[in-house]
Amino acid sequence: MRGIPVSALIGLAFVALYAFGAIFAGFIAPYGMAEVVGDVWEPASSAHLLGTDSIGRDLLSRIIFGGQTTIFVATAATILSFTVGSIMGLTAAVAGGWVDQFLSRFVDLIMSIPALIFALVVLSVMPVTLPVLIVVMGLLDATRVFRLSRAVAVDITVMDYVEAARLRGEGNRWIIFHEILPNALSPLVAEMGLRFIFMVLFISTLSFLGLGVQPPLADWGGIVKENKDGIVYGIPAALIPAFAIATLAISVNLVADWVLSRTASLKGGRDG
Amino acid sequence: MDDTLLDVRNLTIGATVYPPDAAPKDISIVHGVSFTLAKGRVLGLIGESGAGKSTIGLSAMAYGRGGVRITGGQVFLNGRDILQERAAGLRNLRGQEVTYVAQSAAAAFNPAMRLMDQVVEATVRHGLATRAEAEARAVQLFGQLGLPDPDSIGRRYPHQVSGGQLQRVMTAMALCPRPSLVIFDEPTTALDVTTQIDVLSAIKKAIQDTGVAALYITHDLAVVAQVSDEIMVLKSGKTIEHAQVRQIIEAPQQDYTRALVSVRSIDHTEKEPAAPLLRVDNMTARYPGVKLDVLKDVSVQIAPGQTLAVVGESGSGKSTLARVVTGLLPPSDGQITFDGRTLPAALDGRARDDLRELQMIYQMADTAMNPRHTVGTIIGRPLEFYFGLKGAAKRARVQELLDQIEMGKGFIDRYPAELSGGQKQRVCIARALAAKPRLIICDEVTSALDPLVADGILKLLLDLQAQEGVAYMFITHDLATVKAIADQIAVMHRGKVVRYGPKSQVLAPPFDDYTDLLLASVPEMKVGWLENVVASRKIESAGR
Amino acid sequence: MTRNPIVFLLAQRLSLGLLLLLAASALIFMGTEILPGDVAQSILGQSATPQALANLRNELGLNEPALARYFDWLGGILRGDLGTALTNGQDIWTAMSGRLANTLFLASCAAIIAVPLAIILGVIAVRYRGQWPDKLISGITLTSVSIPEFMLGYIAMFVLTVQFRIFPSVSTIYDSMSLGEKLHAVAIPVLVLVLVVLGHMMRMTRAAILNVMQSAYIETAELKGLRPITVIARHAFPNAIAPVVNVVMLNMAYLIVGVVVVEVVFVFPGMGQYLVDHVTKRDVPVVQACGLVFAAVYIGLNMVADIVSILSNPRLRHPK
Repeated sequence: MRGIPVSALIGLAFVALYAFGAIFAGFIAPYGMAEVVGDVWEPASSAHLLGTDSIGRDLLSRIIFGGQTTIFVATAATILSFTVGSIMGLTAAVAGGWVDQFLSRFVDLIMSIPALIFALVVLSVMPVTLPVLIVVMGLLDATRVFRLSRAVAVDITVMDYVEAARLRGEGNRWIIFHEILPNALSPLVAEMGLRFIFMVLFISTLSFLGLGVQPPLADWGGIVKENKDGIVYGIPAALIPAFAIATLAISVNLVADWVLSRTASLKGGRDG
Repeated sequence: MDDTLLDVRNLTIGATVYPPDAAPKDISIVHGVSFTLAKGRVLGLIGESGAGKSTIGLSAMAYGRGGVRITGGQVFLNGRDILQERAAGLRNLRGQEVTYVAQSAAAAFNPAMRLMDQVVEATVRHGLATRAEAEARAVQLFGQLGLPDPDSIGRRYPHQVSGGQLQRVMTAMALCPRPSLVIFDEPTTALDVTTQIDVLSAIKKAIQDTGVAALYITHDLAVVAQVSDEIMVLKSGKTIEHAQVRQIIEAPQQDYTRALVSVRSIDHTEKEPAAPLLRVDNMTARYPGVKLDVLKDVSVQIAPGQTLAVVGESGSGKSTLARVVTGLLPPSDGQITFDGRTLPAALDGRARDDLRELQMIYQMADTAMNPRHTVGTIIGRPLEFYFGLKGAAKRARVQELLDQIEMGKGFIDRYPAELSGGQKQRVCIARALAAKPRLIICDEVTSALDPLVADGILKLLLDLQAQEGVAYMFITHDLATVKAIADQIAVMHRGKVVRYGPKSQVLAPPFDDYTDLLLASVPEMKVGWLENVVASRKIESAGR
Repeated sequence: MTRNPIVFLLAQRLSLGLLLLLAASALIFMGTEILPGDVAQSILGQSATPQALANLRNELGLNEPALARYFDWLGGILRGDLGTALTNGQDIWTAMSGRLANTLFLASCAAIIAVPLAIILGVIAVRYRGQWPDKLISGITLTSVSIPEFMLGYIAMFVLTVQFRIFPSVSTIYDSMSLGEKLHAVAIPVLVLVLVVLGHMMRMTRAAILNVMQSAYIETAELKGLRPITVIARHAFPNAIAPVVNVVMLNMAYLIVGVVVVEVVFVFPGMGQYLVDHVTKRDVPVVQACGLVFAAVYIGLNMVADIVSILSNPRLRHPK
């Protein structure tokens, strides 16, 4: 693990911090999530490090619990999107022919509608619960993972070493797991980071629009919505989740960049 | 009076490389090279990839490609040190005093501009002539270089003319501003042999007609011997030998030069014809979705332990033949008989033993090995797959194979990226051998390698054939390689076998037109070869 | 080769775009009608009596087969009838047209600023590759793509309207306002939108131009001793048009999403606000109509990008 650039180390540290906060939210948060403990929009004090929110709940606790929800939903949606997207993408690339055509055209179609708009259309008839949100976001985003994993796998399947394996008589299973996956893994892992950020932004946006995580459950987008009216009075409570989202996103980005640059170097010097 | 045009003194060139997971590093690629070039003379720079020849050539324009920097020494052009010039001075030098002809004209022309606009651009922009004068000169040069329709070819776009023509247009572009020095950077390397000879003679004639001096960069000594007055041999950024052409070719002083001169001189006596191991009968094939037959009624045979060389230019169908034999491309007609039994046309239908006995080696060893597997895994997989070898037994057999390909210990746990080009190809050979095949299809296996390395691979293949009795189907565009290893030869042209038989017959007259052209086009390591070929062609065409 | 491949290709792209739009309409319809959610249930809520549900379903024509309803809906759209809103019975097109105009005004203002700016900054980043201007630009890019649109909106609002009171915090525009007044009203939303799109667009423009600048023909031009400006104008620019237009159009997706959010933040009377309101009210016909309009704009923009890249390809303009 030597030679990790400083930027990636900083990124890793922040990611670890946020993950820790999300997992142990119940132990760290000074107050309960929905507990009214003070006045409306109290300024920061020793009792409330970040002040209180629009109905007098401790803002720091809201942020910590909100982080838990946001990170949980984003992680679950990312896992779903990756499982579905990469399996379909690899299948399309290895199978080729009409399977590939069908899946690719279908994905083109879904991507012809901007994701947020499509999510809003679907959410207009679905009950807005966490599982529904995760499934909708995960499936919509699976299209992007599909495109990437298919492109990566297609690049690999045209390599002579895959042809050599076919000529040897290897089956599709062996080809996918021994020839393609080891070479596709790094770009996919790096992309996973980027998809995760996208999910964080996506769920925050939906919650902000009132169509994501529903109160009293806290999440970062929702906290902004609850406290946005304070802005015109000069109360910056709504801006604090912005800081949380931005630092998380930048940290994951830094880590993903580093993974990606390592990927390039592991391709066997062919890019040199 | 002093007629020195270019005087390079103690030139050192460095580059910054960016290794992964480490700080950027400065490396040196040219270490103290010196030479002079007189006006109107042609100097050939020759060396393997990585010898620094292109880098040295571009230094005559004070230009460094990518992260390359000139770190020391002096380059005098007409008496002034161009390395001291500022940007404006360099602009006056480039495209006016010194011009450049790139290897791939197809990439070096702007796809969005008409050829004439590009050819006269430097001349007009530097104010050397009016647009009309420059165009007149360009048309004249097009004619001199033997381009068809010299008056109108300039109105075309780059994608509308062929590769060989484009290379000549690029030469015209370089000569148009009447420079005192032209740098030719591998101008014929990307062309087929029969096209190469036309371009080469056009370039040579243009150099003579205009009296320009030139640096001619190539890895092919036989080519450079045709156009140069003197040759400088480079290796790893150092000068090995610099002398008149005749001396380099006929009396080289250094071992390295001697090796380069004697390359492709492997002697191989043809084996007696025998009953075939593989028979391909009346094969016709086309790619899915393409209406054109790539193979037309092809029939060839290979005897056990012998080599059939399939030779042809790009588009002749020779690689398609390999794909059909391996089962990757099921043919539309014809049949394949292997060891007396008919092979199923498609890969899926073939038995594991059929697959094992018929192995393949690729042109690009780089992409033929999974970069995530070690050498041990790569060679070991067929052992496990076909023979069920595991653990220590497998490892011992892999080492045995490594010894057989003359690589020895210490390679088994390495990754392909840690090997040189020749070593990679050797590992691919070992992987094929591991299956104990009876026939190996070699698809241009030496084309991507430097001549000396390629020679080593050919020798290895011949040795292995003697030891193992394996047959080869050797696909190549290079007749010199064919002469070195073939027992039988099939010459392919536009999907058909135009000439087929034992080597001694195929390479002896009387020839058909195409084989004649092909044979006559292979550059020979002889001074004056080009003139003779061109002269004999003129006589022929006059007699027709 | 046909006699004029360009005409053929353009016709192909146009029909492909229309086909895609048709498929998108089906997808939008499916998304709202066939998914496990039930419109009637959604409107009336969990406590509705079965009788009330049945009545509403009847009223909405939900008992008809889905395919028939789809063609009904599609037929209406082709005649210019987007249907009526469930919540207030208003004609959707009447309610939407003014908002659509407002949204287009807002988005065009943002695009007019963002596109040239992104291209200029992209060129600067390429020109000073690896030096501080490039690093600064990519740093800003990373930050701006990591912050959600609504956050940018509130930060801008907090700084510019609350702290400095330069602009109004709510961007209401009326038809009777003059252009100048309108521009003043949308200044901050436009600024936010520009920031939203700029990061992505700059990053991709940089990559596209870098790709062209690394072509062999650029080296040829440099070795002709041409001035850098000549190299860029004559050799790089004509070849960069297609990739840059592609980048610009791709980024319009961010603009469309950004518009929805920014309109909500600044209470701007546009399409996005209209869509979000009616999603909350579960007014399916309005949501379908809005979704279709957004999809149509997006598909149209992608088609334009395709057409530009066909028209700027010399291989197609001057066939062999």
